[in-house]
Amino acid sequence: MKPMSLIVITLTRVFSWFMIVFGAMVIMNGHHTPGGGFQGGAVVATFICFLLAAYGGKKFFTWVKAPIYSGLETIGLLVFFFLACLGLPNSFTYNFIAVAHPGEVLGGWLPSCGTISLMNIAVGFEVIGALSLTVIEMYEGTHMNESYFGGECGHDR
Amino acid sequence: MNFFHSVLLFMILSCAALALWFHNLLHCIIAMAAFSLLLALEFYLLQAPDVAIAEAAIGAGLSTAIAIVALGACRKKTVNKEEQL
Repeated sequence: MKPMSLIVITLTRVFSWFMIVFGAMVIMNGHHTPGGGFQGGAVVATFICFLLAAYGGKKFFTWVKAPIYSGLETIGLLVFFFLACLGLPNSFTYNFIAVAHPGEVLGGWLPSCGTISLMNIAVGFEVIGALSLTVIEMYEGTHMNESYFGGECGHDR
Repeated sequence: MNFFHSVLLFMILSCAALALWFHNLLHCIIAMAAFSLLLALEFYLLQAPDVAIAEAAIGAGLSTAIAIVALGACRKKTVNKEEQL
């Protein structure tokens, strides 16, 4: 796949970094604003897709390695499972950090949400890894097709 | 509010029709991205901001990029209308 035009590359270079910051904000504030681990992770994984679509495969794979994202997915799942198991004396996924203070408003602080915020971060890592890995594997599948027919093909613009 | 809602629904329908109508496949993909973005706005108006963020990220971002990558693997071939029929 050839890189796209200079306009697309410049726009990606300037604006796509905001997607990582926005995705991190959605993940971090998942327990008291709309969004959460899945939504924020999908926003961050969109950044990886835009890099691939704008720069083309050859330059993309000098930055992005598939095993890193596979590891990110594994770490996210294991952290989620570990946090869920920590509440096992009461029940699976029991919120053991949350402290109930009657008459006190603790909105947004860690003691009020407990493990929910940490689990959001774990789910965010998992979704970043999984969705990025999906795109990388799909691109490698098309690349196999290209090398079979010989030479790189561009899209019809 | 009601008028804006109707205009938004009409724009969603017209974006879907444009995605079917264009001949250039890249234009179809961009029309589908606009469709997803308007659908995210519709979800926000229906007071589901959670779904709206997911729709904007996955519909307008991820699936558009995946479709562009898939289009990159295609080769151009022109077919006459008589042959097509």
